[in-house]
Amino acid sequence: MLPLIGGLSITALYLYSLKTKLLPDTLYGWIGSLAPVLSFCAFVVAYFKLQENDGYFQEHLFTWVHILDLNIAFSLSADNLSIFMGFFITFVGSLIHIYASVYMKKDEAYGKFFAFFNLFLASMLLLVFADNLMILFLGWEGVGLFSYFLVAFYYRSKENVDAGNKAMIANRIGDLGFLLGIVVLFSQVGAGGLDFKSLSESVDSIPHYILVLSGILFFVGAMGKSAQIPLYVWLPDAMAGPTPVSALIHAATMVTAGVYMVAKLSFLYNEVPDVGVFIAYIGAFGALLAAVMATKAQDIKKILAYSTMSQLGYMFIGVGLGMYSAGMFHVLTHSFFKALLFMSAGAILLMLHHKQNIFDIAKHQKHTPALKYIFLIGVLAISGIPPLSGFISKDAIIVGSFAQEQYLIYAIALFTAFLTAFYMFRIYFVVFVAPYNAAKESNSSLQEYKTPWLIIAPLCILAFGSIFVGFINTHFLGTHFVDNWLSYLNIREGEISAFTESILVITSIVVALLGVAFAYVKYASWDINKKEDDSCIIGNRFYVDELYHIAFVTTYKNASVFISNYVEKWIDNVIMFIPNVLNYIASPSSKVLHNANVRAYGAFIMIAICAIFAYIYIKLFGVLS
Amino acid sequence: MSIMNLTILGMFIFSVGSIGVIARSNIFVIYMSLELMLNGLSLILVAFSTYNHSFDGQILTLFVIALAAAEAALFLTVIVLLFRTKRSLDSNIFTSLKKG
Repeated sequence: MLPLIGGLSITALYLYSLKTKLLPDTLYGWIGSLAPVLSFCAFVVAYFKLQENDGYFQEHLFTWVHILDLNIAFSLSADNLSIFMGFFITFVGSLIHIYASVYMKKDEAYGKFFAFFNLFLASMLLLVFADNLMILFLGWEGVGLFSYFLVAFYYRSKENVDAGNKAMIANRIGDLGFLLGIVVLFSQVGAGGLDFKSLSESVDSIPHYILVLSGILFFVGAMGKSAQIPLYVWLPDAMAGPTPVSALIHAATMVTAGVYMVAKLSFLYNEVPDVGVFIAYIGAFGALLAAVMATKAQDIKKILAYSTMSQLGYMFIGVGLGMYSAGMFHVLTHSFFKALLFMSAGAILLMLHHKQNIFDIAKHQKHTPALKYIFLIGVLAISGIPPLSGFISKDAIIVGSFAQEQYLIYAIALFTAFLTAFYMFRIYFVVFVAPYNAAKESNSSLQEYKTPWLIIAPLCILAFGSIFVGFINTHFLGTHFVDNWLSYLNIREGEISAFTESILVITSIVVALLGVAFAYVKYASWDINKKEDDSCIIGNRFYVDELYHIAFVTTYKNASVFISNYVEKWIDNVIMFIPNVLNYIASPSSKVLHNANVRAYGAFIMIAICAIFAYIYIKLFGVLS
Repeated sequence: MSIMNLTILGMFIFSVGSIGVIARSNIFVIYMSLELMLNGLSLILVAFSTYNHSFDGQILTLFVIALAAAEAALFLTVIVLLFRTKRSLDSNIFTSLKKG
């Protein structure tokens, strides 16, 4: 299968780039960008191949583990869902690679960056095209590992390393849940049944409570990877990595892995709709929480991170309520406009030497005219202003939740849409619109900086995509392309009349516009010289990080200190009591044997063992034979 | 490869390890020799289990490897602590159990 070649070439590239430290940096950039482009081409071929093969094909590579009847095959497979996912991963991934080849210029670890970047993409593709749960888990872990490397890429600053650790640890908790989910399923179906096809066939014979248990455990994995309550804390901090990393990992690919996993296991979640509703509620509250926090954050990348988390909440509402095509469609559009937002933010940061506070950026607004419009497109798309892509996909989810009579989720989703429009336009108005008198500042060095075309070009493609990609799922192109493509996954379609639907759509548009209006009133004429006060409870992220710190880090530390101060001393005393007594009663001549030399003791043990064996041997066989 | 060759190889590795434990004084080398002894035994175990067409020995070896990994973490911590107390890696000077 061809996507595999993409993945393998990327892996080969990694080994290559390790050996060739002497090559010029541009070479890494070229090879690094070429690999995802090639695998994207492979996808186009794979798409046509899929049409021939009736929507499913499988490639058995080799047997990974084979012990008696335990047999885990290393095989890949593709169905409509994974082709859909792989398509935009490679497409957006290629653009981000090209962007990164300029963005990371002058970085001393240029080659290393691309090696990690490519390997990340390879594990993501492995995850998407895995044929059984074990291989999916392998890709899942690989994605987590390389995201750790990339988040902590600027390893010289302790904050970044801490952020990487946080991402790793939060993911680890989720991974444990995922692994336990696999174990639970394994206990029921055995190793042969872990691939998706036979699992979907045998799902009827598995007891209901097992399905509930494994469904929840898998979702715990998704919580970690896709930054949902309560494991979301790593995502805002993960913005410490380079901006292309934020764009690729935390917008387009890795965080959507959880959504993908739920959609891939749709046959399992269809059996237990209650778990699905639970997922939808978690998603809804996560969306709300993140949106509230985003309204007070000041770091531009953190605001975008919160908005990612909030959009992920929408996706989970979609897949949790059984509207898989709507959820996956939002994954697609989100990857476009969020990558666009991150990359244009990155372009601004590059120009301004990495000042990330929006109120600082605002002081240089005069120098960023071209980026202004590109960023505006992204903001419009995420805010759900028609007819951009974000509107179409987000509205499908909001309307769908209403149609399924989940009114609480609907209300939360609607309110979050309002907040989304508000905080995104807050960035826009503060950075680009608010009046600022720049006469005092001398910015001659900045004025000479021109944004390279290799940064602008991917941005333009993405902006184009953000506007138009939504149309593939509307009446304008004749068919609901995504809905048809993924229709085999959907189970529950709420029925509502066209009249209700149009009212709902108009409601969401009005709500979004209301958010824009609020932002305009508050921030369009904001005096940039004074920063907004962020010392309230929202600005401090509801103290969740502090709470986690007290609950886990401090408690653990206190326990360790307690053990080392009291328990260990006590153990020491007990242990030292014996030799002290022996020392007291022993005769001086025993010092020859008990000389406290570890190696001598080792020699004594060996001699004794040899003696014992010799004795047994002689007793059994006699002295000579 | 015959069972005899494998066994002899395992025994050889074990002997090298045991001599290393006794003859060398650097704690790190002692630790590495311990690992050699462990691996030599594991090799013999796997060889015999393959010879008997049984998987018990191999599974046991997997456990031994897991144990060795855990032990490595512990051992390295101990080495760091020992070095901190005496500023040396020579095993001959750690004689605090001795009288006087």
